[in-house]
Order: sequence, then C-alpha cells, then structure tokens
Amino acid sequence: MRGRPTFVIGCVLVAVVFVVALGSLIWLPYDPADTSGGRLVPPGGAHLLGTDKLGRDLLTQLMVGARIALTVGVGSVLLGGALGVAGGLLAGFATRWLDDLLSAALDILIAFPTLLLAMLVVAAREASLGSAVLAIGLAMSGIVARLTRVLVKRVLAQDYITAARTSGASWPRVVAEHVLPNIWPTLLVNLALQLGLAVLAEAALSYLGLGPPPPNASWGRLLQEAQATVLTAPTGAIAPGVLLVVLVVGVNLVADGFRDLADPTRRRSR
Amino acid sequence: MTPVLAVEELSVRRADGHELVRGVSFTLGPGERLGLIGESGSGKSLTALAVMGLLPAGMTAGGSVLLGGTQVVGAPGRRLDRVRGRTASVVFQEPLTALDPLMRVGRQIAGPIRRRRGLRGPALRAAVLAALSEVRLPERVARAYPHEISGGQRQRVAIAMALACEPEVLIADEPTTALDVTVQAEVLALLDGLIAGRDMALLFIGHDLAVVAGVADRVVVLKDGSVVESGRTRDIVREPRHPYTRSLVDSAWALEGELDRLAP
Repeated sequence: MRGRPTFVIGCVLVAVVFVVALGSLIWLPYDPADTSGGRLVPPGGAHLLGTDKLGRDLLTQLMVGARIALTVGVGSVLLGGALGVAGGLLAGFATRWLDDLLSAALDILIAFPTLLLAMLVVAAREASLGSAVLAIGLAMSGIVARLTRVLVKRVLAQDYITAARTSGASWPRVVAEHVLPNIWPTLLVNLALQLGLAVLAEAALSYLGLGPPPPNASWGRLLQEAQATVLTAPTGAIAPGVLLVVLVVGVNLVADGFRDLADPTRRRSR
Repeated sequence: MTPVLAVEELSVRRADGHELVRGVSFTLGPGERLGLIGESGSGKSLTALAVMGLLPAGMTAGGSVLLGGTQVVGAPGRRLDRVRGRTASVVFQEPLTALDPLMRVGRQIAGPIRRRRGLRGPALRAAVLAALSEVRLPERVARAYPHEISGGQRQRVAIAMALACEPEVLIADEPTTALDVTVQAEVLALLDGLIAGRDMALLFIGHDLAVVAGVADRVVVLKDGSVVESGRTRDIVREPRHPYTRSLVDSAWALEGELDRLAP
C-alpha cells in the first residue's frame, strides 16, 4: 500500500459512500417520505442540510441515494460482467463464423445508446431499481465482452499458450492457469471503471425520470428536483453532485490501484 | 530401429489454399540429431508446429506425421494431448513470450513435471529445484517472474520446462536466435550436454548454418516450403549440391573469413 496515495484516497472516498449507504439501512434522520420539515429550509438546526421543496430532509434523501447508487452500480457490474466475460470468452475461443456473428451482435449492442436501451427496458417492464440494473448491465455487457474477446485472442496468440499445449496441458487447464490470470488484471480494472460509469448512468436515468421511482431517492432525481431552485437553495443541487463526484472519482482511483496491484511487472517498477 | 518421428510428404496449406510447406519428408531415430535449416519464411517453424499438431487456426496439414507411432495429421485434440509433452516438447525462439508473464518461474516448471510424473507437494518442489540446477540456474529463480530474469536465464527456464516433460524428441525452434552471441554459445553447450545425457532425439530448427552444424548430425535444407537438399551435416558443408545450400555455406565461410582477415 505504501507509495500509493491515490489508491488509498480512492479507497477512503468509496468507503465514505459505503458507510453512508450501510448506515442508511440502520438509521436515518427522518423518514424519507416525511414532509413535515417545511419547504426549502436552509441548512442547519434540525435539518443538517436543509429540506427540499416538498419539505423532505435532504440528508435523509442523500443517504438513501447512496444506497441506490451503490446497488445499481454493483448490481449492473455483476450482471454486465458475468454476461460480458462469458460472451467474450466464447467469442475469443470461437471459430471464424461464430466469432464474426458474436462480434457483429456486440457491435450492434455497443452502438445502441444506453438511454434508448434503458427506455426500452423501462417500457417493457416498469421504472424500477431492477429495470435500471438490467438496462445498465446489458449495455455494459457489450463493452466488457468486446474487451474480453480481444484480451483472450491476444493471450491465445502468445507462445506460452503454445508452449503449455506442447507440454501436454489440456484446454481447460490452459484457460484456468494461463488465460484467465492474464486477462484478469485488465478486466478487473475495466469492471471497476464500469462501476463508476454505471453510477453516472443511473443518475442520468433518474434525472430523466427513468430510474427507480420515489421513495427511492436517487441522486439523479435529487439533482433534477433541485434544478428549479438551484439559485435560492443551492445545497439541494450541490450536495448530490458532490457525492456523485466523490463516488466516481473514488472508484476510478481504486481502479488505477487495482491495475498496479494485479500486475507483477508494474509492482516492482514503483 | 523404429523412428520416433517420421514425416512423409508433409504439406501445410493456408485457408485460401496457398501451400506454405510442400512435400517435406524426414525421419528421426532415437537419440538422433537433425537440423532443419532455411531462411525466414521457408516453412521451418510451420513444419515444427505441424509435427506437434499445433498449426495456427485456418491452416491445415496434409501428408503424414508419425510421432512416437501416433498419426498427428488429422488426429483429434484429445489424443494429441497425450502425445504432446510425452513424445515431444518444444523450446521456442523468443523466451520472453514463451513464458507466462504473470506466473512465477517455479510454478511454470512445475506444470509439466506434475503432468508427466504425477509429483505433488515437497517432491514436486524438489523436482523443480533439480530441474533448475540442471540448467545451471540458482534456486532463487524459482520465485522470480519472467521479466525479472535475463534473456539467457529465461531460455534456460524454457529448456528446463521442455526437458521436464522427458520427451523422446526435443524440438528446438531457433532457441538461440533471440540471445546475445556469448549467451548463445552457453545455451547451445547446455542443450547439447542435456540431450546427450538423456539419449533424446533433437530436431533443431535454425537459419544460421554455423549454429545448426554445431549441434546436428544431419541437416534438411528448406527453401520456400520445400526440401532442396538433405544429408549428413559434414557432407553438406563440404560439398553443397544445391545452389541455395552453396550460398548458405559460402556466406557462413565469408563471415568466418572476415574474422580471419581481422585477426590472422
């Protein structure tokens, strides 16, 4: 860990949001639907960060929002990562025509705008936490699959794969011992970056009203609701924005740290 | 004596039908040393890969390759897994890419030993250290990653891995081309000694006549995918019949002559 201040800072930033999200499960200053606080109360006193235009406590909303952001982020990375890595491995090992077919499918999936995909999913299901995870996860799986495919192809072309094959190692063993360990560092870094992007995507969906509906207080929806009163009550817009930046920057710094930790050729050079 | 490797009329075709190797035939008896020489693009390395049944995707082999009695051409993968590493193993040209960059050297050597001899735990550890000392590498190399050791050391590791399979034939595909000249001589001497001690057959692939002549009893000269000449190394160096072989021999002498001129 020493000599890696950015990784430590990233961990701290992510940990702050994690603690807030976990804390929201145990204790909240007010009920998220409690509108008794008076409209647009400035920060301080009974309401540490003030209230919004409906009189709900902003700190409460932000804490619930942290939980939503992390749930969607982690959920869509799990879904997109599982689908993407499986598809990418398949394409990486596939024969010509299957590889071409999968690659074409991936290109179409990637070319499809995430928001449009999200609208389709929301239209087919409903605006919910699950829909947001599904939409963002699906969009992510294309990118992860294409990366996995390239990584697998690159590793398979290496002499050490041929060397392992010439010494009599079977394909499953080669995949477990050589292919996965060699693509894992890059994949892990990418998945961590995707987590940051997923959090932003969820905020964007919620901003457009396609995210989880109230009383799920998403940061994106808080931003949208605070838009009208940004000049009179700036805290309502600034606080969720700052939290978004804290989480996304934290996740990206952690991703950079992962890269250094996972790759022994970099570990020494520091 | 039945040959451990018998190649007959071997051909290698690209997917578009273009023939990269044509009608290559040679045999290798137990303990024999054969050199396969030719310029880059002459089909030497493809011949070696075809012998192992490991041609790149899209290429197909024709003819016959009998490796330890098993027909390699057209054989299913599972049957080849049993032949590879038992009958033949390979040392590649570029030792950096022939070793997994993310795996410690000791574990990489342990792989073939475990598969071949079924050793586990302390016995496996001891065998790995023995394999390292055989190629004159210190024990600490076992804990190193490939990028932490020198090119010559890496090639010794690759040789240790290939020998750990205890194959009947060792295929060395330009094993010293990527090394410094001084290191090259050391590695060649090491390879020579290790093979002699095991009564192992050697298929040595190279483009440098002086190097190939130093290790091989017989040579096959390849040009543009076909055999232009083959025979005992000594005969070919003394009396090359084909113009291409003659140019190989002449240029080898020319280099020698240059040294003689500078240091009479």
